[in-house]
Amino acid sequence: MAMSTGLRRCGRRLVASVCNNREVSFSTTCQGNNVIQQLQHGQLQETGKSLNLCSAINQALHIALETDPRSYVFGEDVSFGGVFRCTAGLAEKFGKKRVFNTPLCEQGIVGFGIGLAAMDNRAIVEIQFADYIFPAFDQIVNEAAKFRYRSGNQFNCGGLTIRTPYGAVGHGGHYHSQSPEAFFCHVPGIKVVVPRSPREAKGLLLSSIRDQNPVIFFEPKWLYRLAVEEVPEHDYMLPLSEAEVIQEGSDITLVGWGAQLSVMEQACFDAEKEGISCELIDLKTLMPWDKETVEASVRKTGRLLISHEAPVTGGFGAEISASIVERCFLRLEAPVARICGLDTPFPLVFEPFYVPNKNKILDAIKSTVNY
Amino acid sequence: MPVWFTKSRTITHHLNRKVGFMGIIHQNFWISSSSSMQPSSLSSIFIPGIDEDHSTPHIFPFNSSIISRFSLQRFKSTKAASQLAQLYSTDDDDHDNSQVLDFPGGKVTYISEMRFLSESNVKRIPCYRVLDDNGEIIIGSDYEQLSEEIAVKMYSNMVTLQMMDTIFYEAQRQGRISFYLTSTGEEAINIASAAALSADDIILPQYREPGILLWRGFTIQEFANQCFGNKDDYGKGRQMPIHYGSKKHNFVTISSPIATQLPQAVGIAYSLKMDKKDACVVTYTGDGGTSEGDFHAALNFAAVTEAPVVFICRNNGWAISTHISEQFRSDGIVVRGRAYGIRSIRVDGNDALAVYSAIHAARKMAISEQRPVLVEALSYRVGHHSTSDDSTKYRPVDEIDYWKVERNPVNRFRKWVERYGWWSEEEESELRGSIKKQLLQAIQVAEKTEKPPLKNLFSDVYDIPPPNLREQEKELRETINRHPQDYPSDIPQ
Repeated sequence: MAMSTGLRRCGRRLVASVCNNREVSFSTTCQGNNVIQQLQHGQLQETGKSLNLCSAINQALHIALETDPRSYVFGEDVSFGGVFRCTAGLAEKFGKKRVFNTPLCEQGIVGFGIGLAAMDNRAIVEIQFADYIFPAFDQIVNEAAKFRYRSGNQFNCGGLTIRTPYGAVGHGGHYHSQSPEAFFCHVPGIKVVVPRSPREAKGLLLSSIRDQNPVIFFEPKWLYRLAVEEVPEHDYMLPLSEAEVIQEGSDITLVGWGAQLSVMEQACFDAEKEGISCELIDLKTLMPWDKETVEASVRKTGRLLISHEAPVTGGFGAEISASIVERCFLRLEAPVARICGLDTPFPLVFEPFYVPNKNKILDAIKSTVNY
Repeated sequence: MPVWFTKSRTITHHLNRKVGFMGIIHQNFWISSSSSMQPSSLSSIFIPGIDEDHSTPHIFPFNSSIISRFSLQRFKSTKAASQLAQLYSTDDDDHDNSQVLDFPGGKVTYISEMRFLSESNVKRIPCYRVLDDNGEIIIGSDYEQLSEEIAVKMYSNMVTLQMMDTIFYEAQRQGRISFYLTSTGEEAINIASAAALSADDIILPQYREPGILLWRGFTIQEFANQCFGNKDDYGKGRQMPIHYGSKKHNFVTISSPIATQLPQAVGIAYSLKMDKKDACVVTYTGDGGTSEGDFHAALNFAAVTEAPVVFICRNNGWAISTHISEQFRSDGIVVRGRAYGIRSIRVDGNDALAVYSAIHAARKMAISEQRPVLVEALSYRVGHHSTSDDSTKYRPVDEIDYWKVERNPVNRFRKWVERYGWWSEEEESELRGSIKKQLLQAIQVAEKTEKPPLKNLFSDVYDIPPPNLREQEKELRETINRHPQDYPSDIPQ
């Protein structure tokens, strides 16, 4: 706990100095595009408070608990508000029977969540860091993912949502930085969702919680405090398995998700100055993913670059690359580029070398366009 | 509370007297299980603490009203320290405050002697039983009396389970089904535990507990349909034989991984608790399963969340070829309960009346006191692990025969039922004849019933098939059209 608090504090400082313009450009993009798809209520409300990603998550959890009396939030240290403060105020408002601390045991948390969800409840569980999700791997892969299928749809644990912070944070080292999303994209029966901004996080989290399938919701912890934008206060959901073109362009398609999109956005901005028009796509849901949107974009641009923080080999970028080559082979004008994490454990002092930063992406954009 | 303090003081004094000079504290079960009972007063038959009228078994040294008040207070309280302070007490009258550490969970007494807790009790935890080897009730036994109707149904189900195992096993040997796994030797645990529960109690099985389904009315035909993976199998032909599941019988579908069902059982029990249901969850595992992390996770979560769940461990001595001496060094499973703050009992798993009585009491405690209970049933896996195993390669045939003949749970229960005149030789042969007929017919029907259609390969992965699955189904169907000879002809397209 002390460690995470320290991380958070340092993270903010470090991030703020490294990418000062990130927040501004990012939230501008979010507001510039009409990204909210109103599903719950008829009208789109653009009025909302300026919130960071952590508060947006917190607001979604408040709404989830308020709108469904059969919903529960639990995990390590969630009762006092969580080490990242995403669950602040929930226990006070909804009581310790619905919002509670669990023993320090990830397989227990997910196993318990599967059972709770199997009884027609919404089990919203928190795994404190995605790096610590592996003790629960068996419960996720062999149990949650197959619960409906193996019973012939007699039982299901669709009410299960696993929230977990992932990704680089500036100084997290091996065990506070990983992006393990690809492991879970290899598991039929699970949905994998990664939001890029506060407004997206609220809408996608509410959709994940209310979806009839188990969902792993990876939260970009780097953006918890850093990403700030107007977030509608009311209850709204954003569709799963629908990618979004957040910037239109004609020369190359860039696909990413979560925190990496803001790095890609900066690369697009710089490429633009050099006369390269980039189309930037937020995949949002990695499994099952929206192939059509990516395919349509690549048919238009003829080039594709994928970027993620996880190691390049066996990363989800490989899957996107293979699928798009299958579908757009004759339309491609250059090999698909992957700018990702290195095939090393996530390093501490070498983090700036490890991460797929703006200039690595910019170089790849240029070499792909000039291929 | 006064009762508890008084008794705990007695206990601590007793402990001090007994072990003060030894340097190692042997925590005797008897000392804390019933202060009125001394080890020397125990015969080989163990009777758990019995209240005055000998009607309700109590395993703990205080009466149930205190327990329920206690757990209620604990649950309602918001301060962890004050909750736990009530849970434990120390012999603090004899010590001034400087000798006591006020630590979360209650006061801890300081001592100047360096004492390590012993790794085990002086004597092994005794095993509760009611019927002796001849099926006679041991005098003074504390048990639930069964009606004729229940007793006969239990016996009939035990025989049915035994015969189903024999015939389905043979069907596998003949190549008619791909796999089978018997419950031979554990018929009493299967049927007696099922009989002690209500139909609303939710079962999370391991895989050697088909007797519960049988008891709840899952038909022989339904068993056969699953084993043959035909279109009437509720699992739509997706899982290996014996992976039964039935929503209408509150029997959650079996999965092969060991012990994964245990933490799930706690989550389900927590839901029952929140809904204030008059029901509990009963989940099963074997001795091997207790080595899994999920076993630890489940017991710990159950204790902390005060979930109404009964854990039944079938300690049958063998996990495939691994003997319990290679599995753990504790005195079996029963001792683990206390480490998690869970009440536990060891019972003779081959004594149907003892299993019934223990589960009946455990269920009552789980529901009325909203707490988990651990039951270790000692038994023996008389059959091979499964049809893929030959257990004579790793264990002596004499050992198998001893348990098959001398300690046979079905024969023992039959002797008891016959003693009341509830069962006769004629009824026995009539039952066996009728069951055999039903089994053979069920196999024939299941074999002839067509397989589930191909669409079931793709449905139920998600609630609605996503585009990738729709695309793959379309491609597969085109491939089948091009190469029909590559695919089984009995799967309807």
